Amino acid sequence: MTATAVALRDVAKTYAGKGAPFQALANVSLDIAPGSFVSLLGPSGCGKSTLLRCIAGLDHPTGGAIEVDGGPVNAPPPGMGIVFQRDVLLDWLTVIRNILLPAEIRRSDIDVAKRRAAELLNLIGLEGFEHRHPWELSGGMRQRVAICRALLLDPSLLLMDEPFGALDAMTRDELNLELQRLWLQTGQTVVFVTHSIPEAVFLSDRIVVMSRSPGRVVEVIDIDLPRPRPLSVRESPVFGAHVAHIRGIFEGFGMLRGRHNRDDE
Amino acid sequence: MGGIIAMTNEWMHRLRVWGVLIGFFALWQFGVMAFHPPAYLLPTPSAIVTEFLDDPLWYLNHSMITVGATLAGFAFALVIGALAAVGIVFSRLLESTLFTLLVTLNSVPKIALAPLFIIWMGTGAASKIAISFLIALFAIVVDAVLGLRSVDPDAVDLFAAMGGTRLQTLWRLRMPNALPYLFSGMKVAISLALVGAIAGEFVASEQGLGHVILQAEGSFETTRVFVAIVLLGLFGTLLFYAVEWAEQLACPWHVSIRGKGRA
Repeated sequence: MTATAVALRDVAKTYAGKGAPFQALANVSLDIAPGSFVSLLGPSGCGKSTLLRCIAGLDHPTGGAIEVDGGPVNAPPPGMGIVFQRDVLLDWLTVIRNILLPAEIRRSDIDVAKRRAAELLNLIGLEGFEHRHPWELSGGMRQRVAICRALLLDPSLLLMDEPFGALDAMTRDELNLELQRLWLQTGQTVVFVTHSIPEAVFLSDRIVVMSRSPGRVVEVIDIDLPRPRPLSVRESPVFGAHVAHIRGIFEGFGMLRGRHNRDDE
Repeated sequence: MGGIIAMTNEWMHRLRVWGVLIGFFALWQFGVMAFHPPAYLLPTPSAIVTEFLDDPLWYLNHSMITVGATLAGFAFALVIGALAAVGIVFSRLLESTLFTLLVTLNSVPKIALAPLFIIWMGTGAASKIAISFLIALFAIVVDAVLGLRSVDPDAVDLFAAMGGTRLQTLWRLRMPNALPYLFSGMKVAISLALVGAIAGEFVASEQGLGHVILQAEGSFETTRVFVAIVLLGLFGTLLFYAVEWAEQLACPWHVSIRGKGRA
């Protein structure tokens, strides 16, 4: 394995619109170590999702270079799993068929995939729901299925674009814990996009704090809280200090004022 | 408890439907009996039933001719329309040529084309099938194109991220996604196909319910006209529900259908 799982060099993305061109990303340089959990954190419009889409090969930067596992990204790299904010489960397929979709698309060994799917369903607490349809499940369960689907082929890189953004606070806590547990077992590189400061601090080894107009990296913060982290870690002074520090960065840029602080709770 | 209430509601619903139908025919029957309009203007429902029972096979034979042409036209429209929709969605060239042509053709009232098809294909079944096909085609194509296009952009991204080819995305995402749209097009198309078959029979034919109506009209046998109309209504309804039934089998997962089978 190469020393960096994802390498970003001066990545820029400019959208040519009707009026002045819009600069979504400027001069983003970053190295992501294999097996690390990295969050891209910032307010909406800071280009964090655009950056993730560029790493995924779904979008292309207009400047700079992106390498995944040492190779340039021209199309979605094969060893990648992705989870969106919306679970994007296919209504006409059962839970198990949704999870097996990547194996069917890539025409990989379906028996191996079935065993792996059963393991994942077990790990994430969905055994017994294999033959249900997505519309019979709650939002949290649906997103669990989407995570299983992304992990089916044991990707070395897992990209998550605000995966828990649409869930209620309690389900979100639960899924944060489960994601951590899964990641501690599987050990892939995770790039996680969020706008929640506590969520980023709770999950990450490293937080890439981003700012907008243009979207850029303003600070990279290492979080060295011991793992596995219980939810109660959020009441610890170290955790609080990280949250306060990051909030300070955003306040410094005039992005969090007055009542808007509440958005991150 | 809930089950019992649901059942009672279901029965109440059926009762109302039949009540309205029976009430309508009763009003008609007694109205005609009370006011005695000339028989060539309005026969009683009982006279219509008697006329049908006089020679049911003769009527059913003509019905089968019309229903057969309808089904054949509809089937052609479904197959060719669905293929055309795939082509239109996948090729810019086909979208700018074929789709434009279809839209232009659709703005011509297709019944006006019926005499042309009689000239080209004769007075037999072929011309009725052709008109039926043409009139049903547009509804299928438009809804199928809409369905193939109305795909969640995130799902398209997901397929791209999994390394899915265009063909896989078509087969595993766009097509299943388009099914409910296709069926709503089919429900419109099946009724239009029947209109097409009748229109063809009106222009020139030797058999079929359209032929029966024209013949009876010529000799002021209004009761016969009514038998043919009632049969058309019945078969039209049956065809519509057949499509709806197929829909429930084909996409039980769709929001509009979920749970119907289990209730």
